[in-house]
Amino acid sequence: MTATMINLTIDTEPIQVPKGTTVLKAAEQLGIHIPRLCYHPNLSLEGACRVCVVQVEGFNHFLTACSQEVWEGMTIQTNSPQIRQARRDIVELLLDNHPKDCQTCDRDGQCELQKQAYRLGIRDRLFEGKRKLYPVDESSASVVRTPEKCILCGRCVRVCEEVQGVHNLSQHRRGFETVVGPANLAHMDDSACIMCGQCINVCPTAAFLEKDHTERVWDALSLPRGIKHIVVQPAPSIRAAIGECFGMPIGTPATGKLVTALRRLGFDAVFDTNFGADLTIIEEAHEFLRRMGGNGPLPLLTSCSPGWVNFLEKFYPEMIPYTSSCKSPMSMLSTLMKTYYAEKKGLKPEEIYVVAIMPCVAKKYEAARPEHAMEDGTPYTDAVLTTRELAWMIKSYGIDFVNLPDGEFDRPLGISSGAADIFGATGGVMEAALRTAAVKLTGEELGPLVFEEVRGVTGLKEATLTIAGVDINIAVSNGLTNAKTILEKVKAGGKQYHLIEIMACPGGCVAGGGQPYPPDTMDVLDPELPRLRAQALYKIDSDKQLRRSHENPAIEHLYQDFLGEPNGEKAHHLLHTHYHASLPRGIR
Amino acid sequence: MTTDNWTEIKAACEAALPADVVAYIQRYQGTAHSESQLIAILHMVQAAAGYLSKEQMNAVAQLAQIPLAKVTGVATFYHYFRLHPRGKHMINVCLGTACYVKGADKIGQRLMGDLGIQFGETTKDGLFSLESTRCLGTCGLAPVVMVDDQIHGPVTPGDIATLLDKYTKKEKVSKLPVQV
Repeated sequence: MTATMINLTIDTEPIQVPKGTTVLKAAEQLGIHIPRLCYHPNLSLEGACRVCVVQVEGFNHFLTACSQEVWEGMTIQTNSPQIRQARRDIVELLLDNHPKDCQTCDRDGQCELQKQAYRLGIRDRLFEGKRKLYPVDESSASVVRTPEKCILCGRCVRVCEEVQGVHNLSQHRRGFETVVGPANLAHMDDSACIMCGQCINVCPTAAFLEKDHTERVWDALSLPRGIKHIVVQPAPSIRAAIGECFGMPIGTPATGKLVTALRRLGFDAVFDTNFGADLTIIEEAHEFLRRMGGNGPLPLLTSCSPGWVNFLEKFYPEMIPYTSSCKSPMSMLSTLMKTYYAEKKGLKPEEIYVVAIMPCVAKKYEAARPEHAMEDGTPYTDAVLTTRELAWMIKSYGIDFVNLPDGEFDRPLGISSGAADIFGATGGVMEAALRTAAVKLTGEELGPLVFEEVRGVTGLKEATLTIAGVDINIAVSNGLTNAKTILEKVKAGGKQYHLIEIMACPGGCVAGGGQPYPPDTMDVLDPELPRLRAQALYKIDSDKQLRRSHENPAIEHLYQDFLGEPNGEKAHHLLHTHYHASLPRGIR
Repeated sequence: MTTDNWTEIKAACEAALPADVVAYIQRYQGTAHSESQLIAILHMVQAAAGYLSKEQMNAVAQLAQIPLAKVTGVATFYHYFRLHPRGKHMINVCLGTACYVKGADKIGQRLMGDLGIQFGETTKDGLFSLESTRCLGTCGLAPVVMVDDQIHGPVTPGDIATLLDKYTKKEKVSKLPVQV
């Protein structure tokens, strides 16, 4: 059935679009970009900011282009003097009670409000409005909330509800007193927040930001030589995205430049979270095979994503026994750095300072969890920088990232297989686990390498694989509303799932809450963004000689030299963790 | 060993609400648009307790499975919902047009001064809550003050002390425990 077509005129140009198209989308087809603030193509309509107003013939008031559907014979003007004035007035009024601190604001240069103000020609502040004075909420280990920078567009409320199914944020009170925050306007650390940081990504201003760790990393790096041995580990997703911060096209792999930049910043050793990822696969694959052998409940749920772990503990505590006890790659590697590596280097654990570069803000919380600390309470991971924070440090240091020579990770904790690189893509952990599990189940050294059925940015994928005559039902989900769907299916019974990968962020780690704000040409929740970044990871993977985690010689050596058996006593003590129901209980 | 905490949470939430509210929530549970009962539920809670406590709002959220942020968002949006205990006597100062031109703002000032509270607050002894209201339909008596369901008017700032005294004295005689 073909859709009914509607004829209309936008700025004197005739156009035909399917019935149900909005004015904003119809204009985009003509190459007209109507300014907008609250509108987000991947979220529901809000119609709150009124910046996208247009003039429609026959109406003596303006209509919002984001929410108005076209009709036959409609005649629209997107740029009349009145419209331009109205939009300017609207943004001026938003600016009137907004702090005047652009130059010292974290989002300077990447703020949509600032960009709209420039685009609309606001060169002067005509009014001095009443200000909204609210304290900054720094209670959370991951997410900082600054309500005075909020323009009430509601994007964070929508992403938290519609994409993540957490619904931690809501508009409270009314009129000028309206403020966005968690229930009871409580502190973020006393809320259902699972710290994924998607509110940071969709916020047009700086009302949500990650908790800053750059200060403590500068401090560590500027200590006199020899006081601390400072080591760093970047997650797989960093190499696929950091280039964007320096103008490289989305999806450009930048592993070598990343390594060189980290060395220039002054880190004593540059290791790779990938090593931790390979190790996670060994431990998790053994856990999986053990459970397949009737020892433990199925399905096995992955545990790499700290946003998902928070969601598990607040929303689905009954699923804790199903979840892998494996620490995340970051925490596994940090643990080894302060045990195995310290031993090798003849250093005390407290002489080593571990910095992790993560695409994620929930990792900041994970690093601070008591489960991931040594017996004396010192954390295994001392600081967690987001991709954005690291990019800023590189810029601040004056490093010309684009023209850097390629460097190589230090050994042995920098050696990794391609299976580790793809951890950053949704389905990547599953694929990496399957590569190793297939070999272990069949006993054949050359099992399948590419599992197309788990690739792609779709929110929820299911497949049945037959390995060594055994049917394995798998599922891969990203974005927590999809996690809800699959968990409810598991709870309902019927189909026996065996292995489920769950990532908190839509598109997986490559689109995590700590990743670069995309360029103006792309919206942050556009599935194309994680698709392109994941492509970079699959490219790195296919270019590698080592493709399976268990083939990593450094991992083999680590077990022989230090850990003993996979899932053995020492491995369990150092590489595994536990979870507990936590409050407030989320509403699912 | 179960890792689930739902049984305890459910029990605590049911204990925090009057039985009829729990029954009302259960009646609509699982029906289409059950979340649209939220305002009705909050009305019931406030009718029983006089205000919406954090504990009770949380209980409503858990039992009705409506996100708590939505519950407190709604509760703070509507002026009718009170988030703090209400005094034994409710004083409403009419700030409608007729009362206002007859000096209602001065009445309000005097009440705030004498009671030591602002609009929307309750005295420490739990005796009086002070609110402002719009037209009460008794413009002929302007300016008016409504205490509980009794209209007083026209009142002058000078009448306030006597008016409050009447309720304070009654309280001393009855020796009723103050409901907070």
